[in-house]
Amino acid sequence: MIRILRQIFRTGVITEDVLTPEDEHIEIVGDRLEEAVKKLFRGSLTIRQVDAGSCNGCELEIHALNNSIYNCERYGIHFTASPRFADMLLVTGPVSRNMEIALKRTYEATPTPKLVVAVGNCGCNGGVFGESYASLGGIDKVIPVDAYIKGCPPTPTALLNGILKAIEGKTKP
Amino acid sequence: MSMLKDAIISALGADAKFRDDYQRPTSVAFCTVPKDKFTEAAKAMKKSYAFLAAEWATEETPWFGIFACYRWREEYLIVKTITTMDDPAFPSITKKYLPAYRFERQIHSLMGIMPVGHPDLRPWIKFEDWPEDAYPLRKNFDSSKPLPYIKGDYEWIKADGEGVYEIPVGPVHAGIIEPGHFRFQAVGEMVINLEERLGYVHKGIEKRFESLSWKDGVKLAARVSGDTTVAHSIAYSMAVESMTHCVVPERAYWLRALFLERERIANHLGDLGAICNDAAFAFMLYQLSYLKEIMLRTNYRLFGHRFIMDRVMPGGATVDMDEQGKKEISAELDRIAADFERLVVIYDESSSLEDRVRDTGRLAPEQARQLCAVGITARASGINVDCRLFNPFPPYDRLEINVPVLISGDVHARVWVRVEEIRESIRIIRFILENIPEGNISAPINKPAPDTAGFSAVEGWRGEIIYWLQAGPNGEINRCMVRDPSSVNWIGLEQAIQGNIVPDFPLCNKSFNQSYSGHDL
Repeated sequence: MIRILRQIFRTGVITEDVLTPEDEHIEIVGDRLEEAVKKLFRGSLTIRQVDAGSCNGCELEIHALNNSIYNCERYGIHFTASPRFADMLLVTGPVSRNMEIALKRTYEATPTPKLVVAVGNCGCNGGVFGESYASLGGIDKVIPVDAYIKGCPPTPTALLNGILKAIEGKTKP
Repeated sequence: MSMLKDAIISALGADAKFRDDYQRPTSVAFCTVPKDKFTEAAKAMKKSYAFLAAEWATEETPWFGIFACYRWREEYLIVKTITTMDDPAFPSITKKYLPAYRFERQIHSLMGIMPVGHPDLRPWIKFEDWPEDAYPLRKNFDSSKPLPYIKGDYEWIKADGEGVYEIPVGPVHAGIIEPGHFRFQAVGEMVINLEERLGYVHKGIEKRFESLSWKDGVKLAARVSGDTTVAHSIAYSMAVESMTHCVVPERAYWLRALFLERERIANHLGDLGAICNDAAFAFMLYQLSYLKEIMLRTNYRLFGHRFIMDRVMPGGATVDMDEQGKKEISAELDRIAADFERLVVIYDESSSLEDRVRDTGRLAPEQARQLCAVGITARASGINVDCRLFNPFPPYDRLEINVPVLISGDVHARVWVRVEEIRESIRIIRFILENIPEGNISAPINKPAPDTAGFSAVEGWRGEIIYWLQAGPNGEINRCMVRDPSSVNWIGLEQAIQGNIVPDFPLCNKSFNQSYSGHDL
């Protein structure tokens, strides 16, 4: 036990501010994200991640959101096991034909109002897999999509940025 | 000396025709046998203790080719037979080799060639709602059109008796993981059978390769399984390079090895954390994922991508490392090694964790041998296999590699193999940093000659990855066979979970951590 405590103190708090990589002048996304989640979702944005056929690269980065550096829980964002509790579906793609029905059912099982975010180049437009007998292409070919996060795979910072844009976009008329 | 070749010659005599002008590299033996001798060849291989590494089919108008690749220590041997297109069938070798069970179901489903004598012809990867005559790997199949849905049923294996019940899980799982379906037959808490059903992330990768140029193929190979992107790119590139007689600069080889070992460490760190987390020891997950994040950030700074994706291509590598980079990696390794060793002590001393991981999900050495398991799974079950050691591709032929092998085959063994491999990879990277030669990092590459084939085997972090590329009559990609370690190791999980309790399944699954995407293709 003493070793565990020692290691915890040695590590300290490593959580970082999340910055937008694209902007010239660095802006802190985290505060805006926290505010938006507080205002629109009463402080708790629940996400159900669905892999609709990805190569698992995007999953690695979505996992990284939960590590202690990005620590997305601090903004009230957490991942749920059931679509029934979800406010947002974070879908990685391309949608494989064999996942089409499962993805539609997951979408239907999510209560409205709901947000759908397509993640990764493949989720946006099919990427290197394109459209074929086995790959239907981007997520929006199968379910309505509200926001897109590009990248192969998108970095955790890009993911947080994309999630922020998705929820901010929802407030606009 | 070539044991496997001799075994084939003594069993089949003149029926086996060896060729060394067709496939590169020539160190991999290649022979054709008559169709009725295909099982005999398998029998001879089994007698020589060879493993079945892969089995696949190709279309080479006017016939279909069936290939079986065997491995025994340093040797690979590929046996080919052909069958006519109007009566496509070949004798099944599933009764000799267990891994052929899924390979042959796949050949039957996607190529439409009948494995005669196969005990289970339910479709695999192809779902029951596909039209029955849709064989995507055939040349006359129009892959651009979407497939219509038809009505169909999949027959699951059922268990009967008092108190037996069924738990269906998936394809959409509870965590942030890939889709697949598991069906448990259980009594009380004990699993009496697990049946996997994969194919949900089938994206038609092998078919897609056939429409790409040799150069663009590497982009797709890098996305066969995102977590193994470096190893897949290297394997594809090596197969193309051997076909085109390309002389890759030394420095490029060493850079590739550096990428490969970095990928191994990063994935092992993530896995170790996730395994401990599934045994409710979240402390390790947060500590180890922090170390992993440090590595990914160094990757991004030095090589421009967190997973070093698209940094390997046929002919060499696309990114170099300078002196400053060497220093950064060295300092990063010092830091990770120190923290890692402290965490290993904590793992070792936690009796509550030990209680969960010891004797859980045991894959006995004899089972692993029958399944021809590869990679971490095999090394945790007493099988000494590692391409870096037995089929060293440069620069591993000049590096000293220590391969950890444990015999208990439980979750702990799979954890400990990873622990030892991280230590070893850190040592290898340090050696690379000191000894990497100067020079170019890429060489020009030609187009492969028509009607040739290339083979490569690379030890990714999960295990041996095999690529077999075939150039068609016009020098285009006629077939690209991808064998991710997951294609053979998934059955290992089915075997290992029997007799365990249902709540231990996530722990066992994580300890195997096979790729769905690499399997489904």
